[in-house]
Amino acid sequence: MTKLFNYIRESQIWKSVFRHGYPDTPRNRTLAVLSNVFLHLHPVKVRRSGIRLSYTWCMGGLTFFLFLILTLTGLLLMFYYRPTADKAYEDIFALREHVPIGVMREMHRWGAHLMVISVWLHMYRVFLTGSYKPPREFNWNVGVILLVLTLLLSFTGYLLPWDQLAVWAITVGTNMARATPFLGHEGPGAALVSFGGIDFIHAGDDVRFGLLAGRFVGEGALLRFYVLHCVGFPLIAATLMAVHFWRVRKDGGISGPL
Amino acid sequence: MHLALATLLGGGGAPVNDGPIAAGIKNFSNWLTEPTRYSVASILAVVGILYFRKFFSQVWVVTAFFALSTAYFVFAFQDPNFNAIITKPDNVPIVILFVTVIFFSWLSLRRAVINDERTKRGEPTLEGELAKQKVFTWPDLVYSELICLILFTAGMLVWSILITAPIEEPAATARTPNPSKAPWYFLGLQELLVYFDPWLAGVVLPSFIVVGLCAIPYLDLNPKGNGYYTFEERPFAIAFFWVGFLLFWVSFVILGTFLRGPNWSFFGPFEFWDLHKLEPMVNVDLSTYFWVELLDKPRPDNPFVREAPGIVALIGYFLVLPPLLGKTVMKKMVEEMGMVRFNVFMHLFLWFALIPVKMGLRWTVNLKYFIGMPEYFFNV
Repeated sequence: MTKLFNYIRESQIWKSVFRHGYPDTPRNRTLAVLSNVFLHLHPVKVRRSGIRLSYTWCMGGLTFFLFLILTLTGLLLMFYYRPTADKAYEDIFALREHVPIGVMREMHRWGAHLMVISVWLHMYRVFLTGSYKPPREFNWNVGVILLVLTLLLSFTGYLLPWDQLAVWAITVGTNMARATPFLGHEGPGAALVSFGGIDFIHAGDDVRFGLLAGRFVGEGALLRFYVLHCVGFPLIAATLMAVHFWRVRKDGGISGPL
Repeated sequence: MHLALATLLGGGGAPVNDGPIAAGIKNFSNWLTEPTRYSVASILAVVGILYFRKFFSQVWVVTAFFALSTAYFVFAFQDPNFNAIITKPDNVPIVILFVTVIFFSWLSLRRAVINDERTKRGEPTLEGELAKQKVFTWPDLVYSELICLILFTAGMLVWSILITAPIEEPAATARTPNPSKAPWYFLGLQELLVYFDPWLAGVVLPSFIVVGLCAIPYLDLNPKGNGYYTFEERPFAIAFFWVGFLLFWVSFVILGTFLRGPNWSFFGPFEFWDLHKLEPMVNVDLSTYFWVELLDKPRPDNPFVREAPGIVALIGYFLVLPPLLGKTVMKKMVEEMGMVRFNVFMHLFLWFALIPVKMGLRWTVNLKYFIGMPEYFFNV
């Protein structure tokens, strides 16, 4: 057995992938992290205090992992889902009726709920340990934007099953946009945005109309939310996550007493 | 595949005939969770736990709390009304939220208490002792990451197999369900709609939450408590975040999920969600209090004259109060922070404080609006 493993590790194929020996020496452990594009988001060495679960709660890591689970399950769901008013519900329903031991939709839904919770708890932990203090002020801000993006991802995904729960939750949520000051047709100041007696802000062109591509939650909103949910927000979130992790490293790793 | 949680725990069948003790517990729960009492009790809990943190950070306290909660949960599960709301698959995460938030709050408090004691004795903090040692990312960090992920994935799979993702009836824009609720993580904001108009509760206040969060690192100039748990080195920051996050966010999400039924009326955890439950609306504008009750006159027609008392009150609150405080009791704070920081902080803080102020006035004197100008959709 050992011989076989050694043979594999000595082969040209293995060596072309991993340019270092088995990570059991300081040199190779350093190389294992440095020569791997994913692992090198970590520093080579970390404070022992910074990797304790009782300190970090692992919530940031879980959030990222949930993002990966959601990307994977979401990708699979996209194969079976058509974002149109007459097909969307049917497709989601069919997933339940026709797929034995289907857990993709469940993983996606429960994972989405959990990601919101883990993001909150991550923020809570970062606050309680004062980890937003210099030099990490900027990264805290990136984190706040990622928090908002997580909520937006969940919110846009909420509509996609196209059932009563989905449509009315989004209706209640987006009704708020009607009341945006100056930009919503029921918001304070909207009446001031008029010229020569013509109102510029009305139900057919205010912020809510822009969000929903219509006066109510209909087919336009479904397509808009679908595109944002599957492409727009994940791309922005992934980019900002890269920035977030990079800055964790550059700002001195997981926070610890100075 | 359709294995509901109910079959695991039993209960939830026909209405049970309660004995006097069971009925007493249920009636007390319904009474205590009424929004006014719920909010006041939450405030007292947060303040009390922080003040008596030495007591509450003990292991047996949290163990006893979770044991009692579990016992209560099993008891309550037998009640059809409680069962109906708690077994909704989408409410499972809220239970997880409740448990994790309480556990982690306790954990952070415990470490803060231990660290504060160590600092007083001149010893390094729990984190400080370990921070001197550096370990290799491979294997120490990557392995614990891997173990976390495997356990977590296993848990997710079990959950996904046990509870099927629900799907309701197809969308029908003509049939409004009652209650209509926003997604659960926005229910704290929906709860604010009881006290504020949509432009505040749905647009302005959420924007200020995001802006306020972003501003935190630039407003908190206390260099202490960076990288370890503590309470005594930054009591205001911790207490403020507990109030903001635990009280006005998490506890309102729980309130909105479990205790708000049709028409956003309040329902106790053991109460049937009756569509016809009516709550009397007897709220009064500040302008009515001023003109009609105080001066015994009809309200003026011009909205700006009519609402003058509210306008004056809010200008005083937002524009006069900060410089006044800055010149007197908060003089030291201004010197430390500088004018810009102080003003930004005060305005964010006053917006935040407006929520409990308005809630208190609603509960005590049924205040509807400080400024009520429906003509311009401008109600505060």
